[in-house]
Amino acid sequence: MNFKFKTSVASAVTFALMASTAFAGTLVINTDTSDPAPKAAFEQLIKDFEAENSDITVKWNLFDHEGYKTSIRNFLTADAPDLANWYAGNRMLPYVNAGLFEPVDDVWASAGLNDTLASASASMTIDGKKWGVPYTYYNWGVYYRKDIFENLGIGIPKTWDDFKAAGATLNANGVKPITIGSKYLWTAGGVFDYMNLRTNGYDFHMALTKGEVSWTDDRVKATFANWKELVDAGFFIDNHAALSWQEALAPMVQGDAAMYVMGNFAVAPLREAGLSDDQLGFFQFPQINPNIDMAEEAPTDTIHIPANAKNKVDAKKFLAFLGRADVQTKINATLGQLPINKNSSVSDDKFLQAGMSMLSSTTGGIAQFFDRDAPAEMAQAGMEGFQEFMVKPERLDAILKRLEKVRTRVYK
Amino acid sequence: MINMNSYFKKNKLKIAPWLFMAPGLLMFITYVIWPIAGSINISFYDWDGLGEKTWIGMGNYVELFDDEAFYKSLKNNFIWLILYMLAVPIGLFMALFLNQSVRGIRIYKSMFFFPFVISQVVVGLVFSWFYDPNFGLLNIVIEFFGGTGIAILADERYVTYGIIAAGLWPQTAYCMILYLTGLNAVDSEQIEAGRLDNAKGWKMLWYIILPQLKPATFIAIVVTVIGALRSFDMVSIMTAGGPWGSSRVLAYYMYEKSFSEYGFRMGYGAAIAVILFLIMMVYITFFLLKMYRDEKAN
Repeated sequence: MNFKFKTSVASAVTFALMASTAFAGTLVINTDTSDPAPKAAFEQLIKDFEAENSDITVKWNLFDHEGYKTSIRNFLTADAPDLANWYAGNRMLPYVNAGLFEPVDDVWASAGLNDTLASASASMTIDGKKWGVPYTYYNWGVYYRKDIFENLGIGIPKTWDDFKAAGATLNANGVKPITIGSKYLWTAGGVFDYMNLRTNGYDFHMALTKGEVSWTDDRVKATFANWKELVDAGFFIDNHAALSWQEALAPMVQGDAAMYVMGNFAVAPLREAGLSDDQLGFFQFPQINPNIDMAEEAPTDTIHIPANAKNKVDAKKFLAFLGRADVQTKINATLGQLPINKNSSVSDDKFLQAGMSMLSSTTGGIAQFFDRDAPAEMAQAGMEGFQEFMVKPERLDAILKRLEKVRTRVYK
Repeated sequence: MINMNSYFKKNKLKIAPWLFMAPGLLMFITYVIWPIAGSINISFYDWDGLGEKTWIGMGNYVELFDDEAFYKSLKNNFIWLILYMLAVPIGLFMALFLNQSVRGIRIYKSMFFFPFVISQVVVGLVFSWFYDPNFGLLNIVIEFFGGTGIAILADERYVTYGIIAAGLWPQTAYCMILYLTGLNAVDSEQIEAGRLDNAKGWKMLWYIILPQLKPATFIAIVVTVIGALRSFDMVSIMTAGGPWGSSRVLAYYMYEKSFSEYGFRMGYGAAIAVILFLIMMVYITFFLLKMYRDEKAN
């Protein structure tokens, strides 16, 4: 009995020792990169990091998308990992304000990121400090069925009139011009962003999402008037409020719809569903107001160190690693997205190349996305209003009045 | 010590019940009373769940009473309350139907009970496929009979009813099982006596069977009311409150405002929770009073 007790104590002690030694070199990473491509990209990234830093063991917790958005708040406060992925701009503001993210200016300085990641520096800066390291971004635009366009003799629309004419031809031939699934709202936010960026330009769009302009402003109404032309002309598929963005891919794959206003991440599932590169094409969202410089939408994804992280030393090593040109080249090749580091090379995928050349020649400015540029509550109310507008355009005045009410409360 | 002892001895009858109740009371206070008080307290603050709380008094409630989305959710809650009650009579008739001794009746019974056993999330998913405008069974049937398909979950007029129909499926099964157990206890002598007095069909049901099923009916109504008020999973799975918030109920609105992707307003969410609590309180009071009276009568 006595002997047994001693051994069990001894083993408990050794176990505790082992646990603590293991802990010293353990890096806990939480991400929501659970779709096939992002998951593979992160597996590779972590393996490469471990290969270079053999004394560090990475423990990676993978979450599903929607679950992650709610659980991040809990784990940042209660049981913080050493690293967590999130998004740039206003999406990280609540955590920065609450002191849950660690500023990482030292990593930016020592790893030379201020130079190599300069393009994303503004969207990572709050109160003059950098709060994470961006590793990828992707362009938005119009993905379309090249074969359908060619069959019907439609050229790539460059202007608003071209665009409307293309839609009319498609509709006349029984093909819905644009597919969208607005059940989870944000897709409608993407369409609004482009309508507003093209109608009023980048500066106005930013002022609106920052709450400096009233939603009942005539310029906002002009945006919606343009949008209404599309809605009235039957541009969007029916029943889009019942579909998620993935479900809305189906009409496009089946040839019942010809265009999708989306981010580049839509390419992978469209290819998987059987569309070849001869069938699938990309063009820049057409011009509406010729006096306005064309601005684009390109959301940035980031990794942060929680303020309550236990192993910040290794976490910073990881961020420096993540900022490196070769690492960003590799991870983005798997992700099918664009690297932030200016010395990285973009894979020769035609959609990435098209997106890259579009973004690098953009003169009007680059927006993040409606729900990253606007604060959370405004984003939710706004996108809900956009969805309602797309189905019930006659309610526009009531919707704008409601949004204005939210604006006066949210931005104090 | 001696004093204490004698005090205990003198008041044994008074103290003993409290001692026996103590574990339960402690749990009840920790897990029920304390959180309720906490919610009410938070509802007076402006709080994002992370940073500093700011006292704003009745501010959240003032805003709530000027919030269209709140009234929409409240209205939906009442629609839920009323239509969800259908589970009780439907459950009763299913129980009556299944309360017979045929070969394999247990299998049929368990199949009817099946929807209550599977998760609400699964029920919600199954029904959203059923309603799907592109491949859903419902639209295929409607179009087969020459109608035009409707996207129930994308139409603000039908969406709440569509979700309630999905919710009724498991709830009916629940009521059915309550009645089936109730029917086991129905006194066969009374039925026989009724038969001798020429009672048949509806009369037999109304005057002989139903009165004996009163306890089952009472429980069925109470669980259905509570089920209707906390109808959250279905809404979340089937529509996420949409289209444009027209299928929200209070429980979902509370979740959306405080915990969801864009919700950082714990105080506002707590205020919604308090309102929901007050509505539930009406039924809980009714339930408790009834229990109290019944116990007293015995």
